[in-house]
Amino acid sequence: MITAVSAEALALDRGGRRLFEDLSFHLRPGEAIALTGPNGAGKTSLLRAIAGLLRPAAGQIRFASAQGPIEADEARASALHWLGSADGLKGSRTAAAELRFWSEWTGESPVRLSGRGGPERSGPERERTTLDSVLDALGLTSHAHTEVRRLSTGQRRRLALARLLASFRPLWLLDEPLAPLDARWRTRVGEMMHAHLDEGGLIIAAVHDTLPIGARELRLEPA
Amino acid sequence: MLTGLANPARFMAVSRPLVPVLAAAAVLLLAVGTWLSFTAPPDYQQGNSVRMMFVHVPAAYMGLFAYACMGGASFAGLVWRHALADAAAKAAAPLGAGFTFLALVTGCLWGKPMWGAWWVWDARLTSVLVLFLLYLGYLALHAAVEDETRAARASAVLALAGLINLPVVKFSVDWWNTLHQPASLLRADGPSVAPQILTPLLVMSLAYTCLFGALWLLRTRAEVWRRRARSVRRAPAMRATLAPEAA
Amino acid sequence: MSARRPTPLLALFLRDMQLAWAGGGGPLLAGAFYLGVAALVPLSAGASPERLAAVAPGLAWLVLALASLLSLERLFEPDWEDGALDLLAQGRAPLAAVAAVKAAAHWCATGAPLALLAPAAAVALGAPVRIAGPMLAAALLGGLAFAYLGAIGAALSLGARRGGLLIAVLVLPLLVPPVIFGAAAVEAAAHGGPWLPSLALLAAYALLAVAAAPFAAGAGLRNALG
Repeated sequence: MITAVSAEALALDRGGRRLFEDLSFHLRPGEAIALTGPNGAGKTSLLRAIAGLLRPAAGQIRFASAQGPIEADEARASALHWLGSADGLKGSRTAAAELRFWSEWTGESPVRLSGRGGPERSGPERERTTLDSVLDALGLTSHAHTEVRRLSTGQRRRLALARLLASFRPLWLLDEPLAPLDARWRTRVGEMMHAHLDEGGLIIAAVHDTLPIGARELRLEPA
Repeated sequence: MLTGLANPARFMAVSRPLVPVLAAAAVLLLAVGTWLSFTAPPDYQQGNSVRMMFVHVPAAYMGLFAYACMGGASFAGLVWRHALADAAAKAAAPLGAGFTFLALVTGCLWGKPMWGAWWVWDARLTSVLVLFLLYLGYLALHAAVEDETRAARASAVLALAGLINLPVVKFSVDWWNTLHQPASLLRADGPSVAPQILTPLLVMSLAYTCLFGALWLLRTRAEVWRRRARSVRRAPAMRATLAPEAA
Repeated sequence: MSARRPTPLLALFLRDMQLAWAGGGGPLLAGAFYLGVAALVPLSAGASPERLAAVAPGLAWLVLALASLLSLERLFEPDWEDGALDLLAQGRAPLAAVAAVKAAAHWCATGAPLALLAPAAAVALGAPVRIAGPMLAAALLGGLAFAYLGAIGAALSLGARRGGLLIAVLVLPLLVPPVIFGAAAVEAAAHGGPWLPSLALLAAYALLAVAAAPFAAGAGLRNALG
C-alpha cells in the first residue's frame, strides 16, 4: 500500500498557459493537504495530475510504499480513490446498485489495514453487509433502493463519498468534498476523514474554506 | 538521423536550405515533365486524352504518399510525444487532401472522354474517394478539438486507424469491383507501358514528390514558428505556497 | 477471491446493459429509426416490386449501418460528462478494456436487436425470404464491426464541437470494408448465390476490429480525460 505521495518541481499547463510551476510537496501516512485558492487557480488540475488524468508539463509525481517506490500507474490503479466535482453517478440506477458497481470496480486493496473501527472490509461473503454499513454510515440506508435521480444534491454527494468507504484505498483525492453538505454532514464526513488518516491514509482535498481536519494548506493564488 | 531531426532547433536549421532546393527541383522537373507530357505520342486508343494521366496518376500517388507520411509522423508523435512530429502530421494533412482532390478532379476529366461519364465507380477512383474522406475526417477532427495537444493526439490516433484500414479498403473495393463489373476497360499503367509514356510519368511523379517535400517542410516550419510565437515564455499565472509542517 | 464475485469488467458490462435499457430505451429508438428510414425507401425510390427487389438487400444493409452509427454518439459521452470516466480510469483495467467492454455491451443492447430487425426490413422491401438467414448473420457480424469501429470515433470526438456529425465523418470511411463484405453476402443470398465467402470476409474483418479498435478507442478516452 502507498505510504507516501510526492510532487517534484511540478508544472501544469491549461489551455496553452502555464498555471504554476516548481511545485513540490511530500505527503506521509496520516497526513492531509488542503488545496485552497480562488476559482481557476488550478486546484482541480493539480488533483487531476496526481490522479494521472492530466499530464504535467514538467516535473514528477511519485508514489512509494514502505518497501520502496511504486510504479505510478500501478499505484493509481490500486491505491487511489477519486472524488471529482462531478459525482459520476447514473440517475436511472439505485443508490445501492451504483455503490456496489463502484466497489467492484475499485476492488480490494491487496494489503488490509489493521485499522481500528470502521466497517469490516475483507471477504466477498461479507460484501453485502459492508455495503449496508457504508450506506448506513452516510445516512442513506432508507434510500438504498431509490433511483439516484430522486436523491437531493447533498444525498448524491454522500453516496459519492460512500465509495471511499466501500473499498479501502489509502490515497483519497477529493475535489470540493463538502460543498453541498449541511453542517451536520460536514462534521460527520470530517470524522470519516479523521478515521481514514488514523488508519494511515492520505488525503489531498481541494476546498473553498478549511477542512475539518488538521491539514497543511497548499495555497494557489494569482502571482 | 531521425532522433537528431527531432530536435526542433536542428530541424529548423537543416530544413531551411532544403526548402528552396526542393522547390527549385520541383519547378525544374515540372517544366521538363510538362514538356515531355506534351511531346509524348498520342495513345492509339485514347488519343490525346492520355496526357491527363501525367497529372492524374502522380496526384493519386502523392495523396497516398502524403497519408503514409502523416501516419508515420502521427506514430512518432504518439509514441515519443514529439511536438515536431505533431506539427509535421498536421502540416501534411491539407497537402495530401489537396493532391487527392486533384486526383479526383483529373479522374473526372479523364473519365469523360474515356468512359463517356464524369464519374464511374471504378475501383481506383473509389479508393481515392475513400482516401479523400479519410483526409476530411482527419481535418474535421483536428479543427473540432480546441486544445492543441489533445487535437494532435486524437487526430494521430485517427490517422493510424485509417492507415491500418487503408489496405483493407483497397482490397475490399477491388474485390467489390470484380463482383459488379468485368475487368476494367483500362489498364493504362499496366506492366506494358511504353517508355514514351513511362518517362514523363516518372518525371512528373518525381516533380510532385519534390513539390510535396518543399511544401511539407515549409508548412512544418510555419507550424513550429507559430507554436514558438504562442508559447513565448510567460510567467506562470499562479503562485503556490505550502504551509509549513505543523509542529 | 471467490469465483462468485463478478470481475470489474463483467460488472461494467452488466451496468452498461442496464443503462442502455433504462430511461428512454435507446435500443428501441435505434430500431424505430431503422424502420422509419426503411419505410422511406419505397417512398423515394419507387414502390414497384421489381425496382424495390433490385435495391432492397443493399439498402436494408446500408440503413442498418447508419442506424448503428447514430446510436454510437452516446457510447462514452454520458460517462465523460458525469465524471464516471474519471473513476473508470482509476480501476485495475486499462481504458482499452473499458472501451472494449462498453462496445460489447452496446452491441448486445443495440446491435443485436437491430440485427433481428434487419431480415424483416429486407423482406418488407421486397427481398426474397431466403435472404433472412444470411441477412441476420451479416447484421450480427457487421454490427460488431460497426460498434467497435464506431467506438474509435465516439472516443476521439469526446469534447469536440458537433460530436454526432463528427463521429459519422470520422467513422464512415472506416466502414467501407464491412459495408462491402456484408452487402456482397446479402446480394449473393438474394440471388441464390454463394454468400458464405463474403460472410467469412465480414467475420474476419469484425474480428480484426474487435481485436484492434479498443486500443485506438482507449487512447482516445485517455486523451479526452486531460
